[in-house]
Amino acid sequence: MSTTVVDPGQVLDRPGPKPGEKPNFLNIRHGLAAWLLTLDHKRIGILYLISITFFFFLGGAMAVGIRLELATPQGDMFQAETYNKLFTMHGIIMIFFFLVPSIPAVLGNFLIPIMIGARDVAFPRLNLLSWYVYSVGGLFTIASMIRGGVDTGWTFYTPYSITYANGYVLLTGLGIFITGFSSILTGLNFLVTIHKMRAPGLTWFRLPLFIWAHYATALIMILGTPVIAITVLLVAIERAFRIGIFDPALGGDPVLFQHLFWFYSHPAVYIMILPAMGVMSELVTAFTRKRIFGYHFIAFSSIAIAVLGFLVWGHHMFVTSQSVYAGMVFSILSFLVAIPSAVKAFNWTATLYKGSISYSAPMIYAFGFIGLFIIGGLTGLFLSTLGTDVHLHDTYFVVAHFHFIMVGGAIMGYLGGLHYWWPKITGRMYSEGWARFSALVIFVGFYLAFFPQFVLGYLGMPRRYHVYPEEFQVLNVLSSAGASILGAGYLIPMVYFVVSLYKGKRAGDNPWGATGLEWKTQSPPLHENFTQTPIITEEPYDYEDFNALEAKRVQPHH
Amino acid sequence: MNEMSNPGFRLLPEQASNWAASVDGLFFLLIAVTVFFAGLISAMNIYFGIKYRESKNPKPTQVHGSTPLEIFWSVVPLAISLVIFGWGADIFFRMNDAPANALDIYTTGKQWMWKIQHPEGKREINELHIPIGQPIKITMTSEDTIHSFFIPDFRVKMDVLPGRYTSIWFEATKPGKYRLYCTEYCGTKHSEMIGWVYAMEPDDYDRWVAGNVSGMTLAEAGQKMFQSLGCETCHNKASGARGPDLAGRFGRAEMLQTGRTVVMDEDYVRESILNPAAKIVAGYQPLMPTFQGQISEENLMRIIAYIKSIGTADEALNEGGAQ
Repeated sequence: MSTTVVDPGQVLDRPGPKPGEKPNFLNIRHGLAAWLLTLDHKRIGILYLISITFFFFLGGAMAVGIRLELATPQGDMFQAETYNKLFTMHGIIMIFFFLVPSIPAVLGNFLIPIMIGARDVAFPRLNLLSWYVYSVGGLFTIASMIRGGVDTGWTFYTPYSITYANGYVLLTGLGIFITGFSSILTGLNFLVTIHKMRAPGLTWFRLPLFIWAHYATALIMILGTPVIAITVLLVAIERAFRIGIFDPALGGDPVLFQHLFWFYSHPAVYIMILPAMGVMSELVTAFTRKRIFGYHFIAFSSIAIAVLGFLVWGHHMFVTSQSVYAGMVFSILSFLVAIPSAVKAFNWTATLYKGSISYSAPMIYAFGFIGLFIIGGLTGLFLSTLGTDVHLHDTYFVVAHFHFIMVGGAIMGYLGGLHYWWPKITGRMYSEGWARFSALVIFVGFYLAFFPQFVLGYLGMPRRYHVYPEEFQVLNVLSSAGASILGAGYLIPMVYFVVSLYKGKRAGDNPWGATGLEWKTQSPPLHENFTQTPIITEEPYDYEDFNALEAKRVQPHH
Repeated sequence: MNEMSNPGFRLLPEQASNWAASVDGLFFLLIAVTVFFAGLISAMNIYFGIKYRESKNPKPTQVHGSTPLEIFWSVVPLAISLVIFGWGADIFFRMNDAPANALDIYTTGKQWMWKIQHPEGKREINELHIPIGQPIKITMTSEDTIHSFFIPDFRVKMDVLPGRYTSIWFEATKPGKYRLYCTEYCGTKHSEMIGWVYAMEPDDYDRWVAGNVSGMTLAEAGQKMFQSLGCETCHNKASGARGPDLAGRFGRAEMLQTGRTVVMDEDYVRESILNPAAKIVAGYQPLMPTFQGQISEENLMRIIAYIKSIGTADEALNEGGAQ
């Protein structure tokens, strides 16, 4: 796929830094082997960036197919089975190969060691291994796709996936199984790194909230991912050896699968959104030039989300013959997990109070995040409420809700973070005007694409429908129109990011005048991150020394 | 019968069942909460964003936070959440508690159709005729994978699982033609597993149901199955019969050999036919052969209808009281 030519090793054929060029992690060594065998967390982050960008556009191409088909009520673009395979592969690729790794594996890998003043993660070899594991899992999934894909939906519900599915359940499952290990390895690496490798003086409450968010994410990765691995394994055993686990025809229980599946897959939503929340705290402080409001509350709300997130899986199963009492418990716990998210949103808003707010592109993305995340979060309440979920379950309301969180929230956060740290990663500035424009296009396109789906859902349009009744067409056309705008919005950054690698202005060490250790080292950073281990004596987001920071700031519009 | 009003563009589904008004009421409360909080946060973001923009406020004032504020904005949403939770749980609880006088209709889902059996013996496919003004209980199972039975205009939905029964109940309030969907992805033609619900005036329903081609009610058909499968040889009133007499037992708690008790409901009857050794009633031997693979889901439902027709626990209790 030629759309993924983010080529940070633009100087692959030159040995070492040019005479007079400052050494950094990009120019210190060249050649393919220097990338594929690197143990540098920053280069591994970039390897992930290239891979997940590839998967993002692959999954996006499938979304284009889905929205084209749904522009009319009849099935005139694809056959039913092809359509079912499209939405299945769209979900699998976007969730397991893009959203779950996105912020942690790219920005987390790149930034966590720098933010805590370390040279690298605790286990650099494990870190490289996790990228290879991810890639191998991706290859299996692509192989299954090339052979014809699978039509189970990304949820693999039994007994459909055991007995009735078309396509390659085992091959796709194997891809997910393998990729899960990359998630586990990354989580493990982050936990140990954050515990053991903080610079002197960097106490827990001096950590940037990005780190707290990743700590919480890593907990979920380690505790949740093995469960999905086991679940996939059980499906494989049942399919291959006809041992009755989930299929009632073999003596199994189909609902058991749903319990196991959601025990991972609900917390997995927090794997996607928590890192984006971490990014938000960094963006909001940098562009208001202020301390974060309620540091401790934001930090602990991440942990609360990670813990409570494990106790709400049953809200996916209110109409699955689960007991009424279990439904009540899962409902109330789902309301509880909403509170820490609300706390974060209030604190970011309060941080704006008496700030000095500038509207650079990352901040536009941050505002976009808030605008989409609030709707995504609040519509979650409709689905945790028992009486309304009965009607809304498995309709387009659910599709709209989780896209607001996972696409609106997580991708806005990811893009905001990418824009914020791009100058640090590459040493170059991108076109500010285009970046602001793309943030706006994405926001508008997103609303148009997904807001009509809330209405469709309440009207009763079920999800995963290849053909649908005529009365739903108007709203579907709106949604498809929005999706085209959204697609264009995602393509624009691809262009100006790539252009910036060649033509972007030099960024300087701290183009935003932000606090944080990553801005105290050069851009792009040294291979070793710092020339000497930093000693930390201050709180995070210390914008008291405002004038000194201001002097460093690059004004891209002069 | 009224044809469905013009299926044109609309923003809300029709309110055609006893649940519709309360579910919509809760839905509107949730919308109000969403509009309030999304509006509040957006308004604050916009207001602060304009008031404290760099050109107006070049020097920020550092603020660390406020514990009272944190408590305030945790407790208020929590309190609102609890109200919504309570309302939602109340509706859900009532949805799962079918009235005893509900009209029993049996539904079997299979790729990709709905097969429906009425107590009077009438059968239909992808169409469901019901009287208005009377509670209807739909007992459902699947012949293959999981389906889900969804009537948006009634605000009810329930998954249809293979190997067990699930049920929903509702009371249609308005004559008309309403859409029926499968909402659990079930394969290639999932989106064609749809149908129509015809809600009719009770008289119209009676006339419709009287046009029964087989001439047998569901219970009579079940009785015939019961006889032809030889169930009566053991399940009879004779003392020393090898199986328990089934009259008046439905809905009753049975003591098992293991000492546990089990309520004789649809699921227990189904299990006892397909896997008789699983839960043996105390005092009986595990002699019954399995009927797995010999009896269709629809015939199972007929037998259950028959067993229900020969007296339920409530009736047995009433008889006992009269003696």
